[in-house]
Amino acid sequence: MTVTSSITKIVDARGLSCPLPIVKTALAIRELASGEVIEVLATDPGSTKDFIAWSKATGHELVESTVDGNVFRYILRKK
Amino acid sequence: MTATITRPVGPTALVEPLDEPAGLGAVKPRELIIVAESGDLERTWATTILASTAAAGEMKVSIFFTFWGLFALVRPEVRLTGTNWMQRMLAMMNRPGIDHAKLSKLNFAGMGPWMMKKLAKQYGVAEPRELLEMAQALGVRLIPCQMSMDMMGIRADQLIDGVEPAVGAAAALELMTSADASLFI
Repeated sequence: MTVTSSITKIVDARGLSCPLPIVKTALAIRELASGEVIEVLATDPGSTKDFIAWSKATGHELVESTVDGNVFRYILRKK
Repeated sequence: MTATITRPVGPTALVEPLDEPAGLGAVKPRELIIVAESGDLERTWATTILASTAAAGEMKVSIFFTFWGLFALVRPEVRLTGTNWMQRMLAMMNRPGIDHAKLSKLNFAGMGPWMMKKLAKQYGVAEPRELLEMAQALGVRLIPCQMSMDMMGIRADQLIDGVEPAVGAAAALELMTSADASLFI
């Protein structure tokens, strides 16, 4: 089973500025069980570095960080 | 081969339970205290952005609202606070509630804040009220200053839901000295 097929929740933070992509993800990940996977979509270019820092600070694993056009996509696994 | 993890025993382990959310390998979550002294829109914005982001990063966050900052905690439907004419005059010239914060410069009788909020909406930036609500949902403690409440005549029932009991300067200093970072905004 791939990581993408096991996504439990999606956070659509497209069009939102700092710190909303991170804050909305933090709110959403609280409802997940340990090991569950969340997908975040964002357009804020600062979010790439923010998610690296956030993953480091919280311990939630940043499984994937990709960009398609102006949409950034992050896959995170709850610790 | 199985690895053996040695965990600290003694007072540290007793004070901070190991199942408490913490950063990579850290035993104790980092703590942030913000002293929100200013009621200015741009500073209230900074306070709520930092508090919500820190809480999102699983830091333990407290905000101590004092002086002009206290007005941000007043319920939106409360138009006037205070019991004597001076306190009421103060609330009349400085309308309570986080939605009514003024800019420290370029306020232009409300034109400045109106433009800032219009820009914020356009660029997907959350307003201080929304950020404060999210901060609360993430467990940020909101602590009002007792002295400011007394002097400005603001009652506890006039403050938004979820605010903690008011404390004094000594309790605020205790929070500041025990935190990993403290900010005066």
